[in-house]
Amino acid sequence: MSEMIKITYREALKAGIREALTNDERVFLMGEDVGRYGGAFAVSKGLLQEFGEDRVMDVPLSESGFVGAGIGASLAGMKPIVEVMTVNFGLLPMDQIVNNAATMLHMSGGQINVPVVIRMSCGIGKQLAAQHSHSWEPLFAHIPGLVVLSVGTHEDARGMLHTALEHPDPVIIFEYTSMLNREAEIPADAGPMDISLAKVRREGKDISIITYGIGVHKSMEAAEKLAEQGIDAEVIDLRVLRPLDEKCFLESVVKTHRALLVEEAWGSINVSSEVSARIMEKAFFDLDAPVKRLGGVEVPIPYPLHLENASVPQVDDIVNAVIKILRP
Amino acid sequence: MENQKNIEPQKAADLLYQMLLMRKFEEKSAELYTKEKIRGFLHLYIGEEAVATGVIQTLKPEDYILGTYREHAHALARGVDAGAIMAEMYGKQEGCSRGRGGSMHLFDKEKNFFGGNAIVSGHLPMATGMALASKKLKKGNITVCFFGEGAAAEGEFHEALNLASLWKVPVLFVCENNLYAMGTALRYSHSMQELEKKGQAYGIESAAVDGMDLLRVMEAATKAVDLVRSTGNPYLLVCNTYRFRAHSMFDAELYRDKAEVEEWKKRDPIPQFREYLLKENLINEEQIGEMEERLKQEIQKAVDFAEAGTWEPEEDLGKFVYTQNSAS
Repeated sequence: MSEMIKITYREALKAGIREALTNDERVFLMGEDVGRYGGAFAVSKGLLQEFGEDRVMDVPLSESGFVGAGIGASLAGMKPIVEVMTVNFGLLPMDQIVNNAATMLHMSGGQINVPVVIRMSCGIGKQLAAQHSHSWEPLFAHIPGLVVLSVGTHEDARGMLHTALEHPDPVIIFEYTSMLNREAEIPADAGPMDISLAKVRREGKDISIITYGIGVHKSMEAAEKLAEQGIDAEVIDLRVLRPLDEKCFLESVVKTHRALLVEEAWGSINVSSEVSARIMEKAFFDLDAPVKRLGGVEVPIPYPLHLENASVPQVDDIVNAVIKILRP
Repeated sequence: MENQKNIEPQKAADLLYQMLLMRKFEEKSAELYTKEKIRGFLHLYIGEEAVATGVIQTLKPEDYILGTYREHAHALARGVDAGAIMAEMYGKQEGCSRGRGGSMHLFDKEKNFFGGNAIVSGHLPMATGMALASKKLKKGNITVCFFGEGAAAEGEFHEALNLASLWKVPVLFVCENNLYAMGTALRYSHSMQELEKKGQAYGIESAAVDGMDLLRVMEAATKAVDLVRSTGNPYLLVCNTYRFRAHSMFDAELYRDKAEVEEWKKRDPIPQFREYLLKENLINEEQIGEMEERLKQEIQKAVDFAEAGTWEPEEDLGKFVYTQNSAS
């Protein structure tokens, strides 16, 4: 076992970008304020000084334009990492992502690859109100042709980018702003992480908590609290929201016979809806209780802290939901 | 038509042949549409042939071309096989996009022909990005992006031009101003109708040319392409032209007078060029007769190829969504 180091989520992301820029001349980072400002969340701080302005490109506020340009650059032999400052601005380049990036391979009959990587920070939790607190993973996960990743752990923050850049198809990476300062231990030699599998973050036998992103930590915390009450919860981190690794969560449900699905995105028609449907279709007879979903309350996110907190599942909500399923 | 430059008789004949091929190919396509061999949208370029012909003949094979959904002529000018284009419109797997694209999505990677892009203005940012890649990789090629004046009202036009100028990348934007964005006339869609000034607003060298006159288009395109190639900077060339046919096969043309169409037909680029060549003794009637025979054969060959084409098996439906599943 290699030595462990303590690292913040931010530093892990930065180490991944830095490594990519170092290893391949075709890689460049482009985005709003990624250079001189140092990144809106300081993720790319210092990279402009280290790699120069051809490799770390500040771009004007024109999401459709620069995401489209990133797609174009990928068609012509480059490996762009396009940063959309936050997912909240992610609807502006949606046309580029859906109609160009996700579609080009298909409508060219397999001739044209779009190996672009688009990173977006996302999530709720800073009292940023209705236009800056979106959880739009489900919107992107709806689109065939995209690979959609959710970075729920520090190891993934460090290693998913590497693998995403090797992928021949467009990859969207969701990173979570509220985790940036969070510290965790990862192996000192942590490197590339796979981008096709869901992972069991905690093994358990009583119930499967299936989640992603910020939900991973909340669910892990909830699982610890549940353990104190004699409930042994398994926590699945989906990691890849498209294409879904259903094998992982179906096996878990077959083992535990119960499932709680947790995410911050609005409750209807979210990732959990899909996971739930697949459990019904493929593991129905293994269930001992109905599948339960805990999603975001369907309201534009309000500004006051207590209402913001009430808008998305919290650790205690997860604990209570599990208890209700197991001890009705 | 004024004599802009001396033109070699062989080249003159080739250019006439090319324009006639575009015209006859599309007339045949319209006929096949009414016979329901071709379905979906079919947008004809008839009347505008001098633009694609004049611009594309100045390019090198390594230059990138992006077109709109009205791109049959551009594909032909680029040397994409007429049979492969026809088969694509039939939806056969021998088509240039394996039948997955149809009339609006012609692709040929080997010819550096990147569509066939049917979201108005959606391909402009990609063109800027492809040129950015060429610059970064020091490829020495240029990118040429065709679009209509309708696209110049879209935000992506403005974003793409701003980025291209900011980054100083070798891209030629060719605006095919045919005066109608579907059924909306230029005066109803642009507050300022001298479109070349929109390039100047971004510090991009721009010019407008009579798009009905092949020699003028050639002269303007040669100047533009030389400049883009030698300086590495973008250029906007507005070609003022006219679409003789309806927007698509579904269009009843309620928005314009027949008299207006007839007036423009007097400036039809093909008879104009043919008369010029005859007058200058660059071609004779006998050669034109031979040419028409050759055209008939080439078009028949294309139709035969499409007719003989095969349908992709339904079990292959899921291909070309991800590279992994795209092996043919």
